[in-house]
This record gives sequence, C-alpha cells and structure tokens, in this order.
Amino acid sequence: MATKLKEVDAVMVGMGWTGSIMARELTKAGLTVVGLERGGDIKPSEHFAMPAVRDELRFSRRLELIQDPAMETLTFRHRPSESALPMRRFGSFLPGDGVGGAGNHWGGHTWRYLPTDHATRSHIVQRYGAKAIPADMPIQDWAMSYDELEPYYDKFEKLCGVAGKAGNLRGRKIDGGNVFEGPRQSEFPTPPLEQNLSGLMFAETARELGYHPFPRPSSNCSRPYTNIEGLTLGACQLCGYCDRNGCEANAKAGPHVCVLPRLREDARFEMRTRSWVSRLVYDKAAKKVAGVVYTDTRSGEEYEQPAGIVVLSAYVFGNVSLLLHSGIGEQYDPATQRGTVGKNYCYQLSRMGVTMFFEDRNFNPFMGAPGTQMVIDDFDADNFDHGSLGFLGGAIITCGHGDGRPISYRPTPAGTPRWGSAWKKATARWYQHALNISLSGSNYANRHNYLDLDPTYKDQLGRPLLRMTYNFVDNDYKLSEYCMSKAVQIAKTMKPTILGEPRLRRGDYDIVPYQSTHNTGGTIQGTDPKSSVVNRYLQAWDAHNLFIMGASTFPQQVAYNPTGPLGAMTYWSSEAIVNRYLRSPGPLVHA
Amino acid sequence: MADDSLPRRRFLLRASTAVAAGLTPAVPLAQTKPAAPASGTASSEPESFLVLTSGEAAFFSAVADSMIPADELSPSGTDCGVVTFIDRQLASAWGGGAKMYRGGPFRKARPEYGYQLSLTPKEFFSAGIVAANAWTRKTMGKDFDALAPQDRINALKALEDGRAQLTGISGKQLFEALLDIVMEGFFADPMYGGNKDKVAWKMVGFPGLPALYKNLIVQFRGKKYDVDPKSIADFS
Repeated sequence: MATKLKEVDAVMVGMGWTGSIMARELTKAGLTVVGLERGGDIKPSEHFAMPAVRDELRFSRRLELIQDPAMETLTFRHRPSESALPMRRFGSFLPGDGVGGAGNHWGGHTWRYLPTDHATRSHIVQRYGAKAIPADMPIQDWAMSYDELEPYYDKFEKLCGVAGKAGNLRGRKIDGGNVFEGPRQSEFPTPPLEQNLSGLMFAETARELGYHPFPRPSSNCSRPYTNIEGLTLGACQLCGYCDRNGCEANAKAGPHVCVLPRLREDARFEMRTRSWVSRLVYDKAAKKVAGVVYTDTRSGEEYEQPAGIVVLSAYVFGNVSLLLHSGIGEQYDPATQRGTVGKNYCYQLSRMGVTMFFEDRNFNPFMGAPGTQMVIDDFDADNFDHGSLGFLGGAIITCGHGDGRPISYRPTPAGTPRWGSAWKKATARWYQHALNISLSGSNYANRHNYLDLDPTYKDQLGRPLLRMTYNFVDNDYKLSEYCMSKAVQIAKTMKPTILGEPRLRRGDYDIVPYQSTHNTGGTIQGTDPKSSVVNRYLQAWDAHNLFIMGASTFPQQVAYNPTGPLGAMTYWSSEAIVNRYLRSPGPLVHA
Repeated sequence: MADDSLPRRRFLLRASTAVAAGLTPAVPLAQTKPAAPASGTASSEPESFLVLTSGEAAFFSAVADSMIPADELSPSGTDCGVVTFIDRQLASAWGGGAKMYRGGPFRKARPEYGYQLSLTPKEFFSAGIVAANAWTRKTMGKDFDALAPQDRINALKALEDGRAQLTGISGKQLFEALLDIVMEGFFADPMYGGNKDKVAWKMVGFPGLPALYKNLIVQFRGKKYDVDPKSIADFS
C-alpha cells in the first residue's frame, strides 16, 4: 500500500531538459513543484571534472551516463508477425539517466524544425496532391505552426547560448547561414565555432556545386554567454570528447548549466531522486489524473504523490509506457489503425555516409565538437522537388571532425584487415587523413511501426516492457539512395586520394550499432483526439491536467536532432498552463 | 608481413619462454609440469590476475599478440598491457553483467537483435575460450595459444569469417567480442592497464589530454599537431 503524500500543485516525471524547464516556469508562476527523477543527482563540478571526464572507455564504451537496461529496457521486433526480444544493451540509441537526462550526454545540435516540417502533410498535399502520400504513411501536421513556435525557439536558443549563423533574419536571407530555415527574430546567441579543415573543404566544394553550406547550429557555446536565467556558460574547448559525455567547461548547454541552479534556489521546488514512477493515478470518468505512484529505490517504499498537474517529462519510451501502464488512452492497433497511444513511432536514417582519404591533408580529427561541422540542407525535407522521385522527406549532408576518440574512430580504406600488422599500418597511415561525409535522414511514419506493451518481458518493478515494432520501409531506402548520390557527388568533387564505398540504408533495422537517440512519436500531437494523444498545448485529450513533453509528441521525425523543438514546445506549453489553464482548468482545445 | 622478421623472432622467443615458464598451458607441458609463477620471464605480464585463469590468460595473450603483433609501430598486444586490461575489465561490474538486461526467456536471434545470451561478458569469454580451444585441438591438434603464430592467425580468420564451427557458441560472435576488447585495451586510457606508455595513441597521433583546443584549432588547421600524448594519470 503506497503511502499517500501531501498534494502539490505540479509533479514532473523525469528531470531532464523538459522537466527542468517546465518546473522552472511553474515555480516562477508560484506553483509548488516536485521533480521526480528515477536516477541519481549529478554535480557537474564533480561528475564532469578534469581529468576524469576525458575517458573514452568509461563514457563512450561503458556508457556511464546512459540508462541501465537492467532496470528498464524495451523489446524489439521488425514486424507484427514476430515475437520481440529485449534490447539487452542499449546501442542504436542511448537514453540518459539521472538528473539532467539526455541533456548531460547529448552533442548539443540545436535546430528549429522547418516551417514545412510543422505542416508536413498539408504542405505535401498542397505541392504534390494527396496521392503523393502513400496509404501506409500516416504523416500528420504538427499542431502548432513554425510562426507560432518561433518566439519559443528563440527563447530556448537564448537559454542554451546556441552557436550558429542565421540564414533567415526576419525574412532576409543571409548567405552563410541556412537559407532554408524559417524566419528568425534574432541572430544566434553566440557565433559559430571555428571549423576544422574538413568542414571548410566540404563547404568550399558544396558552394562550387551551387549548394548552401552553413555551420551546424550547436549548443556548444563558442564564447562565454550569460543566458536568460542569468546563468553563465563557458566557452567550448573543442575537446573532442563531447557526445556521450559531460562538459567540464560548462560550455555544452544542459539542464545543470542552464536551468537547474535557479530551480534549486526556489523553495517552491523539491527534487526527489531515485524516485521511479510506476504509474499515474487516473480517473477516467473525470478525465483527470490525481497524481503519480512511485517507488523510492533507496528504501523500496512506495508513495503516492497527489498533484494538481502531472507533467510527463521522461524520455520518449517512458512517456509512452506510463500512459499504457496507467490505462490512459487507447492503444494503437496497426491492423485497424484505431487507437493513438504508441502510434507513429519514428526514428531517423543514420549510419549513412561516405569516407574519403586525403594523403596530403592533416585533419586533427580529435579537435572539435559536435558543432564543428558544415551542413547542407539543400536535400532535406521538401527543400528540393520530389515530383518524380518516389519518396518523401530528405537528409542533411554534413562534414567535419570532432570525435576522433581512437577506440571508436579508426577509419581505414576498404579492404584493410581489421587486425594484425596490415591493420596497424593502415590505421597509423590514415588516422589523420580520413574524412567522412555523413547523412541524417528523415523518417516518416509507417502504419506498421508502433509501440505497445510486451506480453513476456518485465522491468525491475514487474511491469511489462515497452515493445517496439519497427523497420525501415521503401521510402527510407529510396531517400537514402537519392541523398547519398548527392553526397557522393560532393565527395568525388573533393578529389580524395581514396574514395570509400557509400554506406547506404539497406536491409532490416539493426538495433546494435549507434544510430541516433532521436526516437520520436507514440504520444503524438494533433488537432483530433482520434488521431493524436495531445493537443497543440501538449495537453492530453484524455486527462486535462496531464501534459506530455518531448519528442514523443512529434507526429513524424525529420532529419534534424529533436532538442530544439522539444525545448521550445516546453516553453510554449508552460505558457499555456500558466496563462490559461491555471485560470480555468479544463481542456485548452475543444475537439 | 615480410618485413618484420626480427620482431617476429623476438615474439616467438617470448612466446616460447612463456610456454617454458608454464604461463602458456600447451597440453603436453601442462600435464608434465605444474604451472609456475611467471616472474623472471621476459614477459611484462603481472604475476597474478584478478579473475583470469592461467589458461584464459594464455589464450587472451595469444589473441592480443596476433591482433596486435609487435612491429615498428608498437610492442605486442600483451606487452602493451592488453591482457591486464582484459583481466580488469572482466573483474569489473561490466564483466559481471552490469548495465545489461538479463531477464528470460532467452532465444536465438539474428544479429540485428543484439546480444541475446544470459552470460555475462566474463562468462561469455570463459565459455568461448573453452570452445575455441576444443576447436583448435580438434582441427590443429593444440590449444590456441600453443599454435604457431601463422596458425593462430589462420584460426582467428576462420573465427572472423564464420568458418570455424565451435561447439555450443558462435565463433563469429566470439571473434567480434575478442576484437572489441583487444582494441579497447590497446586504445583506452593507460590507467585501465593497456595502452602502456600510450603506445597506441603515439601510433596514430592521438594527443590524449588535456584536449583544450579552443586556441589551437585555427593555428593547427591543416597542420599536424605533434605532441607527446598525455593521459589521465599525467593530470591526476
């Protein structure tokens, strides 16, 4: 029997980016807020300190900052006809663990989704007609437009000190920035990071070919920056250890650097770590949640925390599974396409690229950050004519160095053995001279890709694991072929000594090698409760005091990293809660 | 392979010294002579291991020296500390199956589903070594570590290509795990026991720490940044 605690105004389930921002905005509005976090707390000055933070084995290989699958993982299968098996180790994607969540170990890429990304279905219908969308591709519009979200994108960028260069300032296109981006009200908070030779070579060739290269927008501050919370971020040291790791320079934006110091000062806020929420208390008749039930993993005690507002701010999988464990909403069924929870699970097309070797160029691949990359957006989204191509969506094409950590980064030309004397010679010969062009492609929804609960495997609390049914489809393979042909064209024009074989997205999805932690969907946003879980304010259709943050609300996934809109939407939603919901609790949108 | 005859002779000499010292349990020797401590041999192996048996240490040593042979670029894998690294890793929480979901049922699956065994890394390698040695005894007459260097290479290639039919365990899966842990040992920070004197970092030109490049990235753009690498211990 759970011990019932005193009611608070709001409770956050998960204290990563979205939980931290929402808790901050609600306490600022005078609410008492409890932040429940399953993992432990993190003190950057101790956990991310020199010299220990420069440890590839501990962070990149043994995944120090990543969720423990022994506690909770998910099961996976390619298609509904198969039995799923547990993901026994995280690989393809790496959810975070502890206070700060994935905001501790992310790379910092911070995008605004394109205006057409916010209106995916209606834009395609308008340009190509409704028949252009395959019957098994249930893509939807976002529930708010780019223009509506713009001020919140702006705010999140000013929280993070994002380094970059504007390509569209209030409608004025600017060469050197991303000319495809939506109009922005202000320039990036900090200038772009210095590029390596690799990014500059790529950009020069891309320009020669008529494309529009720009520096990758990234929350690796290029200079010290005081954010909208009055907190100061340091300058990125271009250490090359960034992703999967914390930042000793406080230059990589994250909840610990950008929000939590303010939140922790506020007496209205209480952080409870090692607090694992097992379910929400749901009153279906009243269309409300009464609070959450959690287990304190230090004592094994179970508590019920009543709350006026519940915010799901876990990772994508945590948000979806908590709805299913709590009986909120109807499970999506791919056979009938009825139900909404678990629908439109999407991922991203990664591990695509082509490696080049230049015998007379030194790239210093260990210098850099995730932001030391140049990008072209010319073949992304609907920035190019899809009329006769037979697929929808696109890819960003990127080039740069910044993660030359040698356990994992050891490129050698095709045909080189993977061990022995010849391997050693080739590794020593080419480590400094290899250059990779990478692609990250959008992944539009398919009716057979979805999330539900597994009938067999359980987590440490005894709850069924979430089950992922997912595979690539024809649209993905065609997208990969087409965008790769553009990358290869650039690579050939760069005239390398050796040009590698393109790595295309072919065959079944493989859950082992890292691809991206950009899982999306399962609690998607929309304008109709029949086809979405939350409305445009991320308020659940089935419980008006339940708000669901994060990428689980994306109707499909684009080529970009998801953190920009995820942060922006948290501000957008918090404003709706503070200005409208608190005054008149109830549905903010009437279906 | 043709230009390293001198290092090869040294390597063979060291390997045979190890056999004579009882470090490498070639079957006939092990039956006639009890295992003796390794002290006083030419090897830089520690005298004792945390979790490896002498047979397992000999196996890993032979694998590490085949994958990372001594040549002008670096000493052998064993001399770089790779076996020490493996011993410590298998004794660590990771070796004991930390951060791994170990609930049943267990089922054989295609590689795209990832690791699907109940075995911890330490258990997996123990079982793999037994199976690999049984296979080399059957096909080549000796335990893996007692094979001549070229035979070890041939055996590893057979495992890598999936040609080796091991009993009860996938030879290919074992090979991939061995390659992973040997490369981790070679390239990880030296504080874990491998990459002795930062030889692997010197081999490729990785500077290690402190990795503060904000003021160097432009200065060294396109130029080799040639420094003596530093490790965590150098800043501790």
